Amino acid sequence: MENTYLIKTKDLVKTYRMGGGYLIALNQVNLEFKEGEFAGLVGPSGSGKTTFLNIVGSLDSPSEGSAVVMGREVESLSHKEAAELRNRYIGFIFQTFNLLPVYTVFENVEFPLLLLGLNAAERKKKVMNALEWVQLADRAKSRPAQLSGGECQRVAIARAVVKVPSIILADEPTANLDAENSHNILRTMERLNQELRTTFVFATHDEKVIRYLRRKITLVDGKVAKDEIIEQQDIKGDNR
Amino acid sequence: MIIPKLALRNLLGAGLRTWLNVLVLSFSFVAIIWTQGLYKGMGDQAIHSMIDIEYGGGQYWHEKYDPYDPLALQDAHGKVPASLKKMIGNGQATPVLITQGVIYPSGRFQSVLLKGIDPSQTIISLPSGFIDVEGEELPALIGSRMAKSTGLKIGDMVTIRWRDAYGTFDARDAMIVHVMSTTVQSVDEGQIWIPLKKMQELTRMEDEATLIIVSKDAVNPPDIQGWEFKSLDVLLKNIRELVEVKTAGSSIIYVILLLLAMLGIFDTQVLSIFRRRKEIGTLMAMGLTRAKIIGLFTLEGAMHSVLAAIVAAVYGIPLLIYFAKKGWAMPQAVDSYGFAIGEKLFPTYSAGLVIGTTLLVLIVTTIVSFLPTRKIAKLKPTDALRGKLS
Ligand SMILES: Nc1ncnc2c1ncn2[C@@H]1O[C@H](COP(=O)(O)OP(=O)(O)OP(=O)(O)O)[C@@H](O)[C@H]1O
Ligand SMILES: [Mg+2]
Repeated sequence: MENTYLIKTKDLVKTYRMGGGYLIALNQVNLEFKEGEFAGLVGPSGSGKTTFLNIVGSLDSPSEGSAVVMGREVESLSHKEAAELRNRYIGFIFQTFNLLPVYTVFENVEFPLLLLGLNAAERKKKVMNALEWVQLADRAKSRPAQLSGGECQRVAIARAVVKVPSIILADEPTANLDAENSHNILRTMERLNQELRTTFVFATHDEKVIRYLRRKITLVDGKVAKDEIIEQQDIKGDNR
Repeated sequence: MIIPKLALRNLLGAGLRTWLNVLVLSFSFVAIIWTQGLYKGMGDQAIHSMIDIEYGGGQYWHEKYDPYDPLALQDAHGKVPASLKKMIGNGQATPVLITQGVIYPSGRFQSVLLKGIDPSQTIISLPSGFIDVEGEELPALIGSRMAKSTGLKIGDMVTIRWRDAYGTFDARDAMIVHVMSTTVQSVDEGQIWIPLKKMQELTRMEDEATLIIVSKDAVNPPDIQGWEFKSLDVLLKNIRELVEVKTAGSSIIYVILLLLAMLGIFDTQVLSIFRRRKEIGTLMAMGLTRAKIIGLFTLEGAMHSVLAAIVAAVYGIPLLIYFAKKGWAMPQAVDSYGFAIGEKLFPTYSAGLVIGTTLLVLIVTTIVSFLPTRKIAKLKPTDALRGKLS
């Protein structure tokens, strides 16, 4: 990669046609994310956080401007190239976990590796490794319906990290979890971030999440209102 | 490579719904093969008996003979050609003389076909031996259907009237010496068999015949002036067509069953694409292309037919083998179908039938499974993830 940014947006605009006029979800957003960041988009509901993650995740395309992710211009990718980009470099974590219900925990985590065409032995090693990370190795044979919300989200994290992506995009990952589970998964993600140098970008309004962030980007009405680096002072004491 | 694996997982994961579809589909599977086999067996049996009792190895027809034109029958006779005399002498052919007649069973009037046959012939299995009777009496052989419709019994006398070769009416009393039970209607209904020699005398058609049946092992029948050779292919053409029509006709119900199964699968597909929008979105987010997702869903639907084939094999093969061995007792009413069927029918299943049906079901299921997936092609990942279906 010629630059050091994993993600770089330039004058990113996203508009939606609404009735007669337009709704501006993102308005001239210029943001850059480097390797190893643990950043979050915060802001009121409707400020464009999800929209930004979707474009960066190549699930959606910008109306104007550009988003370069892993050296590729998202807006000029074909459907197939976008799928390839997501498959190789991006892991998603959703508010609603989005596990595949008919698969076991193991199979859910294995899925991205199947897409990458890894052989069975490699897959097994990586899946069990990822499940160790989220402390769910003993639940490998369970189905999502048999797990608690917190456990489901941990499976989802394992699924996102198993392929060791460069970027993990997490949209409201704690919204359906209680405080204890939220801290649990946040600590897990923080550890992954530190040990694997995986870049995390969150979209959240959860105070618990915000306290873990090392960079907080505030969106208001689709514009970047504030972009601050948070020094990790008292946080290490873990009385968050 | 991973798509079939995923499809199977999803399909089995759907549980009861899958098995219901599979069961209905397997029913139509077995039913189609079973009926087709039954009719194939029916046709084979009918053709076999017709060859056996009526057609032999083919027939020479007098050039004027037309079985569908009773009026032409008056002139449809001629001297047995010299070139066939030798074959007849060797027992490789036998002449049959046919003329229009009228009988008066218990005072009623009924027109019949009078057929003269050599009582000692062995070319066809018609029991002509029964009319091998010495003396002045005119012995007659009829079939059980004829006996039923005329009320004639063995030992009954019946008056027969006919026109001789010169157009003069003549009449004689004949005695029913035997009532044969046969599956072949065309040697039974409306017909009276009498000895050929007597018939030739009575009609003053000495040494004449309307048709000459050739034995099954006669090879290369020669061309003969004034006579037309009808091979078995020609003679059986109608019956073969009839069997085909009947087969198609009775398959309709199973086609409907198949359609029901298809409707079930179509429905399942539509519903599952609708319910699994979020899953589709998730798959997209993980890097599956739309084409692969469409392939996945299509395969999931199409695999119903694979499972159905397996399930159908489990109970269908023993069932079909049983019927092929033990036969299928035909209800009486089947006699009115218009072709020869024994009391027991032995279905015949060919590999072509089984493979053809399997392929048909597979192709139809695949198409039906594919159609609803076109919705996915227009689905945006963000909409899918939000549970929206545009
Ligand atoms: N597909 C769409 N069609 C029309 N408008 C949309 C669409 N998606 C998002 N929007 C609008 O764009 C704006 C930004 O939405 P977005 O989902 O990015 O907000 P958000 O910051 O994630 O909000 P929240 O905190 O509630 O999740 C909102 O006003 C929303 O109504
Ligand atoms: Mg949002």
